[in-house]
Amino acid sequence: MSGDSIWIIGASMTKFARYEDQDAVDLASKASLEAMADADVSIHDMDVLAAGTLFQASTSMGQRIQKQIGQTGIPAYNVSNACATGATAIRTVYLSIKAGEADMGIAIGVEQMGKMGLLSGGTKTERNVFEPSGRYGAVMGVDGFLGTETMPGVFAQAGMQYAYENNGVGFEQFARVAYKNHKHSTLNPLAQYQKEFSMEEVMGAPVQSYPNTLLMCCPTGDGAAAVILVSEKKLRSLSLETQKRAVKISASVLTSDPFVESGQVQPDVNTLTKNAASQAYEMAGLGPDDLDLVELHDCFATAELIHYDNLGLCEPGGAGDFIDSGKPFRDGSMPVNVSGGLISKGHPIGATGVANVFEVATHLRGEAGDRQIEGAKVGLAHVIGLGSSCGIHILEKAS
Amino acid sequence: MSEQVPIVDYLVLEESPYLEVNECTNCAARFFDRRNACASCGGTDFVRTRISNQAVLTSFSIVHRAAPSVPVPFVSAIVKTDDGTSVRSNVVGLKDPMDAELGMNLVLATYSCGTDDDGKECIAFGYEPV
Repeated sequence: MSGDSIWIIGASMTKFARYEDQDAVDLASKASLEAMADADVSIHDMDVLAAGTLFQASTSMGQRIQKQIGQTGIPAYNVSNACATGATAIRTVYLSIKAGEADMGIAIGVEQMGKMGLLSGGTKTERNVFEPSGRYGAVMGVDGFLGTETMPGVFAQAGMQYAYENNGVGFEQFARVAYKNHKHSTLNPLAQYQKEFSMEEVMGAPVQSYPNTLLMCCPTGDGAAAVILVSEKKLRSLSLETQKRAVKISASVLTSDPFVESGQVQPDVNTLTKNAASQAYEMAGLGPDDLDLVELHDCFATAELIHYDNLGLCEPGGAGDFIDSGKPFRDGSMPVNVSGGLISKGHPIGATGVANVFEVATHLRGEAGDRQIEGAKVGLAHVIGLGSSCGIHILEKAS
Repeated sequence: MSEQVPIVDYLVLEESPYLEVNECTNCAARFFDRRNACASCGGTDFVRTRISNQAVLTSFSIVHRAAPSVPVPFVSAIVKTDDGTSVRSNVVGLKDPMDAELGMNLVLATYSCGTDDDGKECIAFGYEPV
């Protein structure tokens, strides 16, 4: 065990839902106070705070949270990085500790989306005069004329590209991912939806963007999550109980999308994930075979399938066989998204990258209740935000 | 005949319409928009280059749900031209959207997509089965 490891000593998330009586600051404060209570520390122990939110990125979220949980004057970083926002908040605290500026800090992710519907597309405006504007000299919004700008469609295309390149991948394999995650969610009381659906129901649900049906798309919603990070030195000064429940961050990686030829027309969610995974495995001195569970970014069923391959969970090109084999089910050899994933647990964007670290940490601590993966010692949490950005954390149980 | 404008400036409306890119003179990376420097190599010199109208369907999605202003369903497509450039557009000219097939051969096609208050006609492009 290296002497400069960074550890998680507290973690919490609110149930993901649609909250009408609480705002984003309420949710973030609740998660923060619970994470500090979980770690048996207080706001006075925090040397740094990072708050991630996408849709309220310009609202000084960190400072607004401090007004509810304690204004101690520490540096507050407000972080926004698409769907990798939460992972970026964690890395902000991680880097502050690595740099020696802090011994302990809190990373918070929060979002309040309500029923937001499609998050993009429909830029088509009824302009009365066709004049070229923007970097493409467009005379009108092009969504629907030059392909789709919606997320279900963009991620459908990412999956279909994989189907084009690999045999044995099609509608049924994508649907099985959603079937699995809905099934998993029934054991997670923190999930936005906890309802099992049959394969027929998944495949027969209204098509959003083929091959993604409604039950293969994550919902919008509200929620927050928080984690408390400490240096190794600080950890050794804390109670034996805290040390026993601590979870080691064996790898913390953030990548952006390197140039690929097709990237200007279809975001490449593969290369940056593969790069982040190889860096994370090297940093942790571990490989995919060492993982006991994975929480990966299943914003759509088509996305989860291709990330099996990107994270090295299956043979190259073998993601279709992998889901068909049952391996990523909770009773399989490589449980993936036992929380229910974004598809069922929900995806309040800024919270997601912290919530998946909470999920993995909770299993490693043996505190996941009905959904516990027995004997879990190592887990991986992955998020990807279009633009693009990929965050991966590998966590290990204290030995 | 009314005045016509292309939906985007990289669609060139000649008798036989085609797409044009900004090609990096150093590494040959191609961009539909203007670039301050090449995202692939950092070069700053570009040349306007015509790309092939022939293409293969490498990915698609049949979009049934979109913003209210966007007519559905339509087949959103990523195609690869014979000379290796990926393009995002729609597959057009199919009897049924479910007839779209990965790997099918396509060719650039143009069509009218609206008229403005001055009577100016907008021309969009898609790819239709060969």
